[in-house]
Order: sequence, then structure tokens, then C-alpha cells
Amino acid sequence: MHRRIMGLESEYGFLFTNSGDRIFPPERALEYLFQGIMMNSWSRDAFLPNGGRIYQDTGSHPEYSTPECDAVRDVVIHDKAGERILSRAVETVTHQLETEGIEGQLYVLKNNTDSAGNSYGCHENYLIDRSVTFWRLSRTLIPFFVTRQILSGAGGLVRKADESVHFVISPRSLHIREKISCSTTSSRPIINTRDEPHSDPQKYRRLHIIVGDSNMSEISDLLKVGTTALVLEVIEGGGLHDRMSLEDPIRAIREISEDPTLTVRVKLESGQEMTALEIQKTYLEACRDFFHKEGTTQGVRDMLNLWEKVLVELSRWDEGTLGREIDWVIKWQLLSRYRERNHGAWEDPAMAMMDYQYHDVHEQKGLYNLLRKAGRVDRIARDVEIQAAMDTPPQTTRARLRGAHIREAMEHHRSYTVDWTYMRLNDPPQETLHWADPFNAAEAP
Amino acid sequence: MSQKEKETRKREDQEDAAPDPEVPAGAQERSKKVQEEADDILDKIDEVLEKNAASFVKSFIQKGGQ
Repeated sequence: MHRRIMGLESEYGFLFTNSGDRIFPPERALEYLFQGIMMNSWSRDAFLPNGGRIYQDTGSHPEYSTPECDAVRDVVIHDKAGERILSRAVETVTHQLETEGIEGQLYVLKNNTDSAGNSYGCHENYLIDRSVTFWRLSRTLIPFFVTRQILSGAGGLVRKADESVHFVISPRSLHIREKISCSTTSSRPIINTRDEPHSDPQKYRRLHIIVGDSNMSEISDLLKVGTTALVLEVIEGGGLHDRMSLEDPIRAIREISEDPTLTVRVKLESGQEMTALEIQKTYLEACRDFFHKEGTTQGVRDMLNLWEKVLVELSRWDEGTLGREIDWVIKWQLLSRYRERNHGAWEDPAMAMMDYQYHDVHEQKGLYNLLRKAGRVDRIARDVEIQAAMDTPPQTTRARLRGAHIREAMEHHRSYTVDWTYMRLNDPPQETLHWADPFNAAEAP
Repeated sequence: MSQKEKETRKREDQEDAAPDPEVPAGAQERSKKVQEEADDILDKIDEVLEKNAASFVKSFIQKGGQ
């Protein structure tokens, strides 16, 4: 398995409800939130000492980008660190508003849909070999991404035109309109063609995937990035072909999302019909064969085994299975049990509330966090690792250099300009540090 | 209802539930454990769940992102 640079960008839902007499606009609350992350700065776009970046994205969402990671587990740890950075900022701002006598509640949600049918994303980035034909790569990847939701879908409730409410595996899937395009906000594709490798463009391109859900479950997050990294390695190595191409991927992704029983069959270009589970198993087997031939590492074996375990459990899917592991099943069980106990209906506002609050980054109020603290979910990261990642970059990529120099400049109150590939100290003589190679974690001699 | 009464009732409910003969014993046990865990977590959820659910849901409107 080759080293690969990977990272996640998550757009968060944001809401401020002003309840007191003093009017305080949500835009100000968002300003406070950014200041809660970067003290003494009113910037809404900042790289942090952990090498990550926080900024205000299209549609006034706070967006957190992890630093460059070269291990899947690090991606998950840094993604979770982003949540904690935001949840800590929410606490700071809540306290600040109280002190100023402003009544209101601030919510930051790591989800992908609101109540009016808008969507915001979780973007995955993988540095890939420039020499692989993008057309072949995309065709081979599309059936994988259409079906990957059964591992890493966030689960959620969707209101139909007749006002009835249904549970879907991946809320984001219902907002996907194209297979491949450069669009991000109007007609969202499975694979986005934005190609900013932030490194040598002769050697690398960036694969930008915007079809996935944001995850609360560390295992879903790990599966999302980990299985993708395996499939990319196989395609780059000349394996896997487009024999599973779907007749209508956009219809298929929706049908699979809308069927939590996992029985719906989607049509391939070959005329054959397969379930999402069968398609995923085919990818898994192709990866097993490839790594069996090409040689493997413990990390690869662990990921293949986890992938297989989850597919096996999903195929004999009963109420108890995977209720500690993957987001959509955790949420499905939680909502179902709450509804049964209260003899309620899926249409009750409390159900929609639970769906949202599952993703609240707040350590006490967030329902996923409540399960985590009660030991009711399985995890792959330790709290100390996540806490460390709030301040410390991965030590094996250039993020290490970025983080260290930002920290130093901040400590010495020096003005600087920083981006993914360089940092300029603004005081004369305006020294600039270049970090063109994302794999290089060592200071220039 | 006191916490103790609630727990008693919960246990009774579980005893009443007939086991599903289709499910293998190991899976059934695990399933039961998950259900028990879910039951007491529901009480905790009631404590933190936003009380004005309807108004939150109505106001949770974001501009579309990417």
C-alpha cells in the first residue's frame, strides 16, 4: 500500500436562536464563533496550529478542513478534532453571550441537510496518481460510491411531498444530480472535477468526492475513507474495471438510500441487477484478490476485515446488529426505539429533532456524544488522541511544518500569510517557506 | 413514576417479549443487550432533547452549501 495524502472538509450547520429582548443577529453569533476559535482575530478564514483550516464557506457555514494526513486513522482523529474545536468554541461563545446579557442558543451540527431541503457537504480529498486515466478511474469508482452509503451513510429522516416521513440511509444521496461535473452547489455530482493537488501537478491530481455524508461514528468515518483508499490503490495498480457500471447511477443512489432493508436491486449496464450489498462485496473481493497478489500490511488486512465484517452483519441485518458501530444503524435504532416507547409517529417534530440533535457537536446535548460518553458506541480513536489533534498536526506530512510555524509566529506575534503550500512572514525581509511536497514532514536543511 | 418503578416496568416488558425463533441464540442475546442499553439511554435523551422541537425544526434553515 502506497502512502497517500488524504483529508476531509466538513461544512457544519449553524443556527442561533435569539430568545431575549436584546436583538442579536445570527451573523454576529457566527463572528463570535470564529473568534472563539482564533482568539484576537476577526478573520473568517484561518489555518490553525494543528495544520487544519477553519473558514466560512458558501452559505455561511463554518467549515473545517483537516490537515493533510497519510493514514486513514489520522483522518478520523483529525475530523473528530474539528468537531471538538467547534464544540469548545460553542461553549466559549455561550459563556460570552451570557456575560453580555444576550439570551439565545447556539447550535453547530455536523450534518448535511436542513429542514427546507438544502444540503451542505462533507468533501473527501485523495491525492491520486496523475497517470491514471480520469475517465477510467471515475467509471470504476461510481458504482462503489453509489453503494458505499450502506457503510458510511449518516441515516436521516426525509419528508415526502405527501408530508409522510421516511428513514433514509444517506440524506446526502438525495441531493446528488450528476455523475461527474465541476459543479458543487447547483447540480451536485458524485465526483467533482475540481483538481487542486496543492502539490506537483505533473505527478498528482486531487480526487474530490462530495457524495458522502458527514459522520459522527468513528467507524463509519473510518470505513468511508478506508475502503475508498483501498479501492483507489487497486485502480492505480491496474486492477478493478468498470464491469459494474450502473445503468442510472443517480436513480440507483436514491433507491438504495430510500431502502434501509437493503433489498432493492439496481440495474447494471450489462442488464444484470444487483443489491448494494452484492456490489460492495464484489469490490471487497477485488481488493482482497489484489492485495493477496501484491502483498499486504496489517493495516490493509484490518481494513479489509472490518469492511467484510460490516457487510456480513448487514446481510443478516436484524435489530441488534451494528447498533454500536455505524451511523445509520445507530440512528435508526435510536429513533425507532424512542418512537415505539412514546407510541409516536415518524412525523412527530421530536423525531426530526433527534435526527438533527444526533449531530450536535455539543458535548452534553449532542445525542451521538451522549451515546459515546455512556459507552454505547464502538470507537477506533482515544479521547487523548483527539484532544492532542486539536493542537498538534500529523507528524508525517507537511502539516507538521505548517502547524509548527503558525504556532511560532503566533507566539512571537508576527504577521504572516499562510496557505496549503507556503507561509510568508510579512515583516521585512518577508521570508517565505515553501512546502510543495505534501509527503515531506522535514524542515528544509 | 420513580426511577425504580420505571426499571421494574422495563424488565417486565422485556420478559413479555416473545423470542423470535428465526434468530440464532448469539445474535438474540446481543440484540437483547442492545435493546436494554437503548432503553435507559432514552431517559437520558429526554433530559437533553430540545423542548421546542417544532420551532427548532422550522427555524433550522441553512443556505445551501457545496
